[in-house]
Amino acid sequence: MRFIPGKPGGGPLSRPLSRPAAQPRGRRRARPGGAHPFGRSFIALTVGAALSLGAAACSSSGGSGTGSIGTINVYTYADNSTNIQQEVVNAFNKTGKGTVKLIDVTGSDYTNKLRSAMTSSEAPDVFFNWGGGSILPYAQAGRLVDLTPYFDQAPLKGAFLPSIVNAASIGGKDYGVPMRGMQPVILFYNKALFAQYNLQAPDTWAAMQTAITTFKAHNVIPFALGGADNWPSLMWLEYLTDRIGGPSVFNKIVGTSDGSGWSSPVITTALNDAKTLIDEGAFGSSFTSTSYTNNAAPALLGSGKAAMQLMGSWDYANQLSNYPDFAKSQEGFTDFPNVPGGTGNAADVVGNPANYYSINASTKYKGTAIAFVEYLAQSSYEKELLAGGWITTNSNTSSLLPQFPNPAFGEFQFDMVQKAPSFTLSWDQALPTTVGNPLDTEVGKFFAGQVSAAQFVSDMENTQKSAS
Amino acid sequence: MTLAVPSRAAASRRPGAGASPSRVGRPRLAWALPGVLFFALFALVPMAYSVYLSFTGNWGGIGSPQIQGTSDWSRLFSDSNVRQATVLSVELTVLSWVFQTPIAMLLGVWAAAKHRNRAILSAIFFIPLVLSSTAITLLFKALLDPNFGLAKTLGPPIGFANGNILGTAHGALFALVFVGSWQWMPFHTLIYQGGARSIPEQFYQAAQIDGAGRVQQFRHITLPQLRHTITTSSVLMVIGSFTAFELIFLLTNGGPGNSTFTLSFTMYENAFSYFNFGYASALGTALVVICTIASILMVKFTGFGSMRSTREGD
Repeated sequence: MRFIPGKPGGGPLSRPLSRPAAQPRGRRRARPGGAHPFGRSFIALTVGAALSLGAAACSSSGGSGTGSIGTINVYTYADNSTNIQQEVVNAFNKTGKGTVKLIDVTGSDYTNKLRSAMTSSEAPDVFFNWGGGSILPYAQAGRLVDLTPYFDQAPLKGAFLPSIVNAASIGGKDYGVPMRGMQPVILFYNKALFAQYNLQAPDTWAAMQTAITTFKAHNVIPFALGGADNWPSLMWLEYLTDRIGGPSVFNKIVGTSDGSGWSSPVITTALNDAKTLIDEGAFGSSFTSTSYTNNAAPALLGSGKAAMQLMGSWDYANQLSNYPDFAKSQEGFTDFPNVPGGTGNAADVVGNPANYYSINASTKYKGTAIAFVEYLAQSSYEKELLAGGWITTNSNTSSLLPQFPNPAFGEFQFDMVQKAPSFTLSWDQALPTTVGNPLDTEVGKFFAGQVSAAQFVSDMENTQKSAS
Repeated sequence: MTLAVPSRAAASRRPGAGASPSRVGRPRLAWALPGVLFFALFALVPMAYSVYLSFTGNWGGIGSPQIQGTSDWSRLFSDSNVRQATVLSVELTVLSWVFQTPIAMLLGVWAAAKHRNRAILSAIFFIPLVLSSTAITLLFKALLDPNFGLAKTLGPPIGFANGNILGTAHGALFALVFVGSWQWMPFHTLIYQGGARSIPEQFYQAAQIDGAGRVQQFRHITLPQLRHTITTSSVLMVIGSFTAFELIFLLTNGGPGNSTFTLSFTMYENAFSYFNFGYASALGTALVVICTIASILMVKFTGFGSMRSTREGD
């Protein structure tokens, strides 16, 4: 599943199209596997980059004229796709448009480190983010480069699904270039365990309840949940709210900063439903000390100690590396079921539409930064991500999917997102950090039984009100 | 600049407090300059800046801070989370003291005797202190994992069904006390060892002649003679537990929910997770005031400030 360094370019299609001219440079750098081959898009890319350089030189707010090309620092979130990103960086560094230094920041500290860095003189030129609320404060403070003009011209024009680009737009301006696959939250389950106890797939509420009762009776944890991290628990609240009252409930919370959105009865119903699940033991009895980030919760699913897990699509790649046999032959995946009496659509999706690179407005080398984010639109990067188990958000992804490993999971995920009437960004990312992080803590308190539903609602009202 | 007056300095010395020559002057202020500058630059200036930030409302670190009035301070005194964190910090401090002091004292006194096997054992007891506290914490976190750690086996006998120690409010607090104490007890043992070694042998010989047993010797000689050692160790322990951060950050991350949000952890979360530097600065300033008052009180009520010798039988 990982990108193999010895294999030039990674993508099987890109090899015949490699440009011989790139070879000497590649050899000089003595990389195993030689030069990174470029597809046809290389030419288009060069033209596009030249255009963008012209644009950067013309705009008064841009870098310092001739200093537009140079070495830039790029912050990324360290995980199992970092090596793919490093490959695209290496390839970009050979194009002569500047040098990119990829700095991989450990996942759980990413937001804090970025915030600290952005307030210092050591700010990154380009940085990874989740769109939405994660870049809102920077956009409001005028700290981001408006990418709208670049999305109106090649190579970015039409390169990505519009809904994905929109998830990183603020006030009608585009601020982020998608740089990784989509990450909808999916209900994963162990098909072998379901077969063993003659259970239906948990795609209806009734089937899910039957599964919970059966697994509990056989000492299998129904749902693996990394409750110690808080955000995995938030996924439950997100889906329950959507299924009970549709996406408008959370849209109102995001849209009104006075905190009044939390008082919707749908939120209270969702909290009560979550409470019912906790009390009936759907998450086992030690989920409050189980963590996702140290791989404990995924290991419960992968090793058959738990039967299901509600988690972002990235967990599939995780299972593939830690429990390959389980992931390949026994892991099932489905939409979150409808909740009885709810008005939401069972096809709605929550999660992260994608991850993005945004450009710091105070970068000294805007030319290089723009050229780098535009470079991500090329198909060789898309193919490397696909080969690594990610479902990219490029316009042509669906046509490429069948050529890549685990097409069943890839196509399920792509269809799920494509057919979804709404794709709600994870709440803690959609809300500004000053509300999103306290929300995670509050969800942790609720799942640990420390606050009631009414207290949760009033706490969140106060938090959002005082943060605005 | 005060000129040192040797004669006055010598006159103020208590008789019998050493046979040093009278030409020992008080150091000039200039001697303290490097230390004072260092302290000013890295402690006083940031402290003053955080006092300033505590009046900047909910400043988030982007843009320049603006004075917004006392909203952070009024919130501080009405915030139920801060009240909970204060109670928790006090609980953590008291429990750590109660757990560590008797063990460290007994171990220290035991190790003070000059036997080779005791020297070897004290060297072994000392090991936790030289380990990285991050490593210790992560090790215990792995041990306390309810599904894959020892907690699954050890939890039920001590009342935590399914090994959910870190996932319950009380269990998480006990875990913090235990892990913190495990790490710092050797240090306090060392302090007590040093204290016990400085007690003159004659006291015990005299007591033996009077027929005092081991327990009586400990009660009537060792304990009173260790009074200042107890103060030193306690001040360090109280300040250390009250401001403990990395242990909480790594072992429980404040969880479950906010059960282990101590004052220092609440300050961190407000600053670097919720990005409300104004409120975090108010909390930080309050923490400095509380710790300073606590140190002064402890020093005052234990007679540590007067620096009288324990050897004069007073």
